[in-house]
Amino acid sequence: MAEEHRLITKQFREAGYTPDLDCYLRHGGYDTLRRALRVTPEQLRNEVGVSGLRGRGGAGFSCGLKWSLVDRRSGKPIYLVCNADESEPGTFKDRQIIHLDPHQLIEGMILACYANDVHLAFIYIRGEFAEGARILNLALTEARAKGFLGKGILGGTYDLDIHVHRGAGAYICGEETGLLESLEGKRPYPRVKPPYYPAVLGLYQCPTIVNNVETLCAVKHVLAMGGTEYAKLGRPNNTGTRLVCLSGHVQQPGYFEIEVGAVTFRDLIFDPAFGGGLREDRTLKAIIPGGASAKVFRADEKVTLGGPGLEGAGPKRKVDVLDLPYDFTTLTAAGSMSGSGGIIVLDDSTDIVAALANLSEFFAHESCGQCTPCREGSLWMAKILRRLGSGQGRAGDADQLLHIADNIPGGRTICAFGEACSWPVQSFVGKFKAEFETKEAGV
Amino acid sequence: MDQPPPVPGVELELPAALTAEIDEIVGRYPQKRSAAVMVLHALQDHLGYLTPDAMEWTAARLELQPIHIYELVTFYPMFRQRPVGNLHLKVCRTLSCALAGSHQLHAHLCRKLGLDPHGHGPQTTEDGRVTVEFVECLATCGTGPVVLANDVFHEHVTPGTADELLKQAGVSK
Ligand SMILES: Cc1cc2nc3c(=O)[nH]c(=O)nc-3n(C[C@H](O)[C@H](O)[C@H](O)COP(=O)(O)O)c2cc1C
Ligand code: SF4
Ligand code: FES
Repeated sequence: MAEEHRLITKQFREAGYTPDLDCYLRHGGYDTLRRALRVTPEQLRNEVGVSGLRGRGGAGFSCGLKWSLVDRRSGKPIYLVCNADESEPGTFKDRQIIHLDPHQLIEGMILACYANDVHLAFIYIRGEFAEGARILNLALTEARAKGFLGKGILGGTYDLDIHVHRGAGAYICGEETGLLESLEGKRPYPRVKPPYYPAVLGLYQCPTIVNNVETLCAVKHVLAMGGTEYAKLGRPNNTGTRLVCLSGHVQQPGYFEIEVGAVTFRDLIFDPAFGGGLREDRTLKAIIPGGASAKVFRADEKVTLGGPGLEGAGPKRKVDVLDLPYDFTTLTAAGSMSGSGGIIVLDDSTDIVAALANLSEFFAHESCGQCTPCREGSLWMAKILRRLGSGQGRAGDADQLLHIADNIPGGRTICAFGEACSWPVQSFVGKFKAEFETKEAGV
Repeated sequence: MDQPPPVPGVELELPAALTAEIDEIVGRYPQKRSAAVMVLHALQDHLGYLTPDAMEWTAARLELQPIHIYELVTFYPMFRQRPVGNLHLKVCRTLSCALAGSHQLHAHLCRKLGLDPHGHGPQTTEDGRVTVEFVECLATCGTGPVVLANDVFHEHVTPGTADELLKQAGVSK
């Protein structure tokens, strides 16, 4: 039977665990920091590199590699920003960490900052998390009072301060360069890359690291157990544990911490340790595997995996979607992604057209408007889906949707939102085309 | 701590505690402009909404042109230029909550309060006491429908528990 593997969520899901500093210290809090301050930043960066940790914010980019790309010769200060914008529909893990164990995040941040010679860091938290911001501010005050932050941390020579910065309700602030613009007090218009890679030209045109809340917590565990030990969890290139969020039509929605790749969709949806199955008399229709922007899977889909060029994926074979292990590599090979870890389960009661219309409405609302294909395309897709959903569909609407979605991504836009708004349309319409066509006029 | 510059021509009566808080916020950043959104939050919390004076005051405080502030207020959905009700209900519109019934919930609240159930943006009751608004995913998708009531998260909200919320706020019997 599949089960959770709790590292990040281990303590705060125990009865009686509270988010204050005393409780954290009683559970060994800040011990990793004490030990880490005795070794060099290079050694810590090396551990994170060895751990194979991949970012948990959406793109799954190697954390060690990201840190190694930081321009350390520019003579400018290096900044670190924790991405706590958590806005990808279907994702609800970062807020749990912030509310239930803020010091774990803060310790992870201090470690990441020390490892990268950072002396000023920010937590960019979405505006709606006003309570989360208060909790973090309180925890930061506690940490400063005990000498974990500020000048000469724990009596040594390392200085660091961390501030909480609130957003104000725009999804695009989660995109890291949009986030940096927002943190500079501007509209969150994502920046053109190149040249504006945060590692080189980030906040105030200085080298900057942007990491997700969960990634920074994982850093703490990497350094607590050592990179080699951490890398034994999970699978090659898919190491460690990660939080997955289950929502939609399952008996037990919620967030679960899994060893990456150790459980399948079947486990996640049906096992009593996870989703606990569908509602009575329902069958599975579709799975959105990694946040709203991830391409949908049909429940009855067979996915071709393996063959030459697919790292560690074995010989070419056909696999039931439900038997796919939940990890970065497999879901990418299967044509979608594990993204932010948000799994939305849809049973046979779901109106697929309405579900896509709902998501497209989100993207139309959240496009920042800089790039014509994204701004206009996301709006047209939402409008067409609105009319299909309200009995006003026109002949050719399904193909029209695909045509628009095919012409937004692929280097035509400044940021990956172009992909994010197109993938649901391409996959929903591509895989459930008949359901769209029956809503066209004259059918 | 940097000295607050004089704010020419903008009359905004603010309590000393608030200006001190704003000074502290501005002092956190290597560049003043970074504080814009945080200052606007502080002013909106205090004033209820962002008046032209509040925006001009912010611009002057951060040594910016008013357009630099106005373009933020018109972009970020949480900023508003008119008052909202004492009870501000933000109902999540996005997929996981929709599957759990958030659209029925939104329609129920609107009908009950005499608002347009098909309305999307913020709508305030005639007596000015309650605002209902559809918002996008609130990162609480496992326990939908989710309602943010003046910054407090409410999960698994049914029409029945929503009525309770209104009662507790003294809006209905
Ligand atoms: C449209 C868009 C929205 C994003 N939203 C978030 C978000 O809410 N939270 C997050 O951590 N990363 C988000 N990301 C990913 C960030 O750009 C960035 O890759 C991430 O914060 C890096 O952290 P990691 O390497 O630790 O994963 C988003 C990306 C895009 C393109
Ligand atoms: S792709 Fe869309 S969201 Fe990204 S910068 Fe362009 S318009 Fe803005
Ligand atoms: S969909 Fe409602 S909180 Fe995420």
